[in-house]
Amino acid sequence: MLASWRRLSPMARREALEAYLALSPWLLGFTLFTVMPIAVSIFLSFTQWTIIEQPIWIGADNYVRMFTRDPLFWQALKVTGSFVLISLPLKLVLGLALALLLNNRLPGMNFFRTVFYIPAVISGVAVSLMWMWLLQPDTGVVNTLLDAVGVKGPNWFWDKDWALPSVALMSIWKVGGSAIIYLAGLQNIPAQLYEAAEIDGAGKWGRFWRITIPLLTPTIFFQLIIEMIDSFKVFTEAFVITQGGPLKSTYFYMLYFYEEAFRNFNMGYASALALFLTLIILATTIFINYTSKRWVYYESE
Amino acid sequence: MSLNSSAAHPNDSFADIDRQLRRSNLTTALRRLAGNGFLYFIMVVLALIFMIPLLWMFTTSLKTRQEIFVWPPTWLPAVPQWDNYADAFAKYPLARFMLNSAILVMINALGEVISVPLIAFAFARLRFPGKRILFIMMLSTMMIPGQIKLIPLFSLFSRLGLIGTYWPLVLPSFFGNPFFIFLMVQYMRTIPRDLDEAARIDGASTWTILYRIILPLSLPAVTVMLVFTFLWTWNDFISPLIYLSDFNSYPISVGLAFFQGRYGVEWNMFMAATLISIIPVLVLYFFAQRHLIGGISTLGLKG
Repeated sequence: MLASWRRLSPMARREALEAYLALSPWLLGFTLFTVMPIAVSIFLSFTQWTIIEQPIWIGADNYVRMFTRDPLFWQALKVTGSFVLISLPLKLVLGLALALLLNNRLPGMNFFRTVFYIPAVISGVAVSLMWMWLLQPDTGVVNTLLDAVGVKGPNWFWDKDWALPSVALMSIWKVGGSAIIYLAGLQNIPAQLYEAAEIDGAGKWGRFWRITIPLLTPTIFFQLIIEMIDSFKVFTEAFVITQGGPLKSTYFYMLYFYEEAFRNFNMGYASALALFLTLIILATTIFINYTSKRWVYYESE
Repeated sequence: MSLNSSAAHPNDSFADIDRQLRRSNLTTALRRLAGNGFLYFIMVVLALIFMIPLLWMFTTSLKTRQEIFVWPPTWLPAVPQWDNYADAFAKYPLARFMLNSAILVMINALGEVISVPLIAFAFARLRFPGKRILFIMMLSTMMIPGQIKLIPLFSLFSRLGLIGTYWPLVLPSFFGNPFFIFLMVQYMRTIPRDLDEAARIDGASTWTILYRIILPLSLPAVTVMLVFTFLWTWNDFISPLIYLSDFNSYPISVGLAFFQGRYGVEWNMFMAATLISIIPVLVLYFFAQRHLIGGISTLGLKG
């Protein structure tokens, strides 16, 4: 950078200085709110720290405890992992299905788009409170409707086998959020491709599998990563509705992290938990990215 | 199928083909109409299913305390209890919570408006050594999950004695959010360079170019940014939960969650309160959805 600096004309130097000045808020914020916290987090994960005293260096003890002596950690990991495995495919498939419906260019489709996106703009707290009421075992609307068709509805959030699926159900209600992103991807597919395929005699399914899906793979890839990260970070629903119960069946990883950090003030151990989750997310992202060469279609190829 | 059959017989007379074609056009038209009707039917049913939760919340908010627990549940209240809304305001400090949220939204919006165009302008328009690497660094911070920063930031703000104040919730905005910087850079790049070059020849300074030419032309991107700032601030839960302890300073998200379980049986009033809490978001959404959807398709962001 210094070598290139010397080669600059006085005017270019002036422009560069102005640029650094304009960037200074971000440079400062980047150091203060991103680089430093990450470095500190890594350091803290090797300490025992209750925020009042100084952190005590304990080596890899936090990690040893996590993997060998902490059943709660494994429970949180299991809950979060199962949630990702249940909700991620559902959200990806249903989001695409909804987007395909909305992509029909008919009058009134904008109205439906508006309607389906509403759940995605409402706060997690409001949504959680609402679903708590909807899924009441006796007086809830869902069980009332199920009752009308002769099905005995479960106890939802208050049953250890149904609590996690209930949270997944809630997240599916927000599927309009991903549908809108799919829709943007769908609308970028050139219409000529479909016309050409139709002339060649391709049927609806042929066009869907040979044109829509391949050209949509960049969007699917993007959604896969974003939704995966989101699913790993579930917190509000568990905090507001179930507090992790019943019998820890919805004890999400972030809830465990929150309780360790901000209720028990085991900041060192909680840092190790946060770091491990970040590593899982990072590893999954890298893995998906690695496989993407095989299935994501890029136009330049 | 009808189209195929009409084209498949070379020996047919022209009149025959003509008749078949006409019939096939009619059947396609009819089919399309039926198909559209079916599609609308599916859309209406789906929209109803998606809206039932909100409608149920609404009808619950208008019921009496006895009505919410009758079996089987009734769809509509016998007499709509509009008083529930006034009672909700009286029972929960909703006005206070929403005012707090509005204050947070405004300060964050101010911070973004000050910082983001400035930073984005440097990336979009100015030449300087290290631009590529800095831009990549900025983009990569969008990928880092926020929870890893929670503890160090909490300890930083606690050292600064700022726990229990709004500072931790608004300060980062003044240093630019990478999502918005990216959005703004993308937008500024679409503005023709001739405009600022002409101004530069006329002797305008870099800052004049930014604030007199580029920023006024970037208003659509600023609007998108403000809409998302509103949504994210209004809906944010974990940060205020961690940093605030004084009940009177709670924003609406934490305030509502605080009441959950405390007045456990009064779901009618509680649903009224929840509905009130989302009304500002819904109003904003209906007015700004074009901007919101534009932002989503540029950034792939969600609400």
